[in-house]
Amino acid sequence: MSEQHPPQASGRGDPQRRPRRETVTYASAHGAGTTVPGPARRHPVHPPARSEIDEQTTLGHTYVRSLMRSQLRAALTALGALALLVGSLPLLLALPAPEAFVWLALGVGVYPVVWGTALWYVRRAERNERDFTGLVER
Amino acid sequence: MNQTYAVGAVTAVVLATVLIGALGLRISRTTSDFYVASRTVRPGLNAAAISGEYLSAASFLGIAGLVLVQGPAMLWYPVGYTAGYLVLLVLVAAPLRRSGAYTLSDFAEARLESPQVRRLASLFVVGIGWLYLLPQLQGAGLTLEILTGAPDWVGGLLVAVVVTGTVAAGGMRSITFVQAFQYWLKLTALLVPVLFLLAAWYGDGAPRARFDDPAVLRGHTVVKVADTVRIGLDAPLTVTVTGSVDSVTYEKRTVTLAPGTHHVLGGTTLAFAPGAALPERVAGGTDPPPASGRGDPPLAPLGWSQPLAGGRDGHQLYATYGLILATFLGTMGLPHVAVRFYTSPHGRAARRTTLVVLGLVGAFYLLPPLYGALGRIYAPELALTGSADAAVLVLPDRILGGLLGDLLGALLAGGAFAAFLSTASGLTMSVAGVLTQDVLPSRGVRHFRLATLLATAVPLVVGVFASKVPVADAVGLAFAVSASSFCPLLVLGIWWRRLTPPGATAGLLLGGGSALAAVMATRAGLAPEGWPHTLMAWPAVWSVPLGFLTMVMVSLATPRRVPPGTPALLARLHLPEEITGTVPGPAQEVRR
Repeated sequence: MSEQHPPQASGRGDPQRRPRRETVTYASAHGAGTTVPGPARRHPVHPPARSEIDEQTTLGHTYVRSLMRSQLRAALTALGALALLVGSLPLLLALPAPEAFVWLALGVGVYPVVWGTALWYVRRAERNERDFTGLVER
Repeated sequence: MNQTYAVGAVTAVVLATVLIGALGLRISRTTSDFYVASRTVRPGLNAAAISGEYLSAASFLGIAGLVLVQGPAMLWYPVGYTAGYLVLLVLVAAPLRRSGAYTLSDFAEARLESPQVRRLASLFVVGIGWLYLLPQLQGAGLTLEILTGAPDWVGGLLVAVVVTGTVAAGGMRSITFVQAFQYWLKLTALLVPVLFLLAAWYGDGAPRARFDDPAVLRGHTVVKVADTVRIGLDAPLTVTVTGSVDSVTYEKRTVTLAPGTHHVLGGTTLAFAPGAALPERVAGGTDPPPASGRGDPPLAPLGWSQPLAGGRDGHQLYATYGLILATFLGTMGLPHVAVRFYTSPHGRAARRTTLVVLGLVGAFYLLPPLYGALGRIYAPELALTGSADAAVLVLPDRILGGLLGDLLGALLAGGAFAAFLSTASGLTMSVAGVLTQDVLPSRGVRHFRLATLLATAVPLVVGVFASKVPVADAVGLAFAVSASSFCPLLVLGIWWRRLTPPGATAGLLLGGGSALAAVMATRAGLAPEGWPHTLMAWPAVWSVPLGFLTMVMVSLATPRRVPPGTPALLARLHLPEEITGTVPGPAQEVRR
């Protein structure tokens, strides 16, 4: 994906976006519209890294990208495990296999594998977020 | 089967649904409550609600039916339904919650800042929702028909009326309570009977289910063939026929059919002696036409229990991967699944909720295959009568009989109705939400109620006319469309900053559109036999890459159209709420 490319807009985001339609379910659901809430809504003093993110500077984008990269890595690892452990089963089962093996593999065995992968991912993703918050709040 | 108990159980489930819905209505006071339960639903309750909503007629009845007819290869359905949540978890769950989108259309508009993409996404939401509602209503019709002999549209109408009523009256809050209740009801309704059935099976000497050889009938069995079928025989078979076989009409005559294929006209009754091998259904078209069968009415290319996954070897592997891609990638784009993420308070809760859902759904899916295997042993003739989807319902009566059989059968009937009601409510809720926002002229709760009516009426009417496909297969079609349209949109929208509105539009149209067209042609019976049929019945293998590729290529060709707000939006999707400060506080709720 595009993580290696320089950001499209290096300065601030576009503050003069046209007013949104007021819908009950979307726009009104998160007061500040679609942009990251500006400094006005926050506490006056921030650690420098966090201000960079809030104000959408190039450095701020770099921070966001680093988090996205680590989260994407975790996601792709989990998907790789799924493809390897479950996605390969049709080929494996196309070989002559005892019927009991098919039942055990598809009827029972797959579920702990899927759940275990999910648990690993959730822990990993939360750790990535904690590390990131620690980095920018410092 | 004793009708009184079953009707009583169905009535109890319907009443409980309405009552719990009414309870939610008393709590649901503000507009925010009405739509999204004010985003205060606890993960445990929310996970049970998500699971309750997700486990549809396809899971409760369909899997057992397909396993009965086709054996353990069909276990890929529950595996796919579960693994779809894992893919959803790792790629979409937290960012989708943080986007603040209530429907997939909202996500499309927020990400791409384009009302056109929003409208297109809305069309797909409504299309997928209707495709998914159709088998739920047909399944309800089948269940009620088996239980009471009522015409097959009655069950669908009953579900449609109850769902329209609860959704229109209570909105999301009442739905959350109802769905959570229905998960536990469905689990109980499958778990308790299967324990008794397994005990009886063990006491019976634990006969093995045989899937390689023709099933052997255990007692004197009378089979009424619903639609015209072609059966294949390896050995001569002696049956008592009332009706027409190979264009010859019999009236309670005992005939011996020679090995080979035979045409059995719909409505014919076949009585088998104990120990007879059950004839296998033969797929129409590819076999040489039987010499005497020339004047018969042509077989429908897709009969009721003609499985979409062709039995032939090369097709089987392709169909399996088609199913895997459709279910693994399609779950994230189902309209009723996406809506649920909005009720989590923040992204981390959305992830943890999904983890609980995976556990609940996986636990549930251990049960339906047992019914399929038991059905193969004790009720194999269902494969021939065209009501394999009913295996779950008839087994207690068949294996246990007596009062216990009646009571357990009633419990299963109640659980089946819980399945129809919960999935249909979730779908109706999301389809109606989109109709209110993007189709009807003005918003507001009154129009939402009108949209609810519209959301259920269309599939109800279509269901009366559409051909009957096994319910798990029919749901698979909706998954395929979702995987080819919303999966690329969500994945690229969340992880790729160069996605443009023209790219998204082209990808939705080409990927989702072609999958939808293939699926519609299959359901209308237009697909030619052989590979074209297999390719069109399982479009995901080619349509998902097509959707991704189109979105990427067209986006790369239109680099100036990258929405200006993209960096800010991606930051909000991926940053924890502590940093972006977007955790909904009471102040925002008051604004409404």
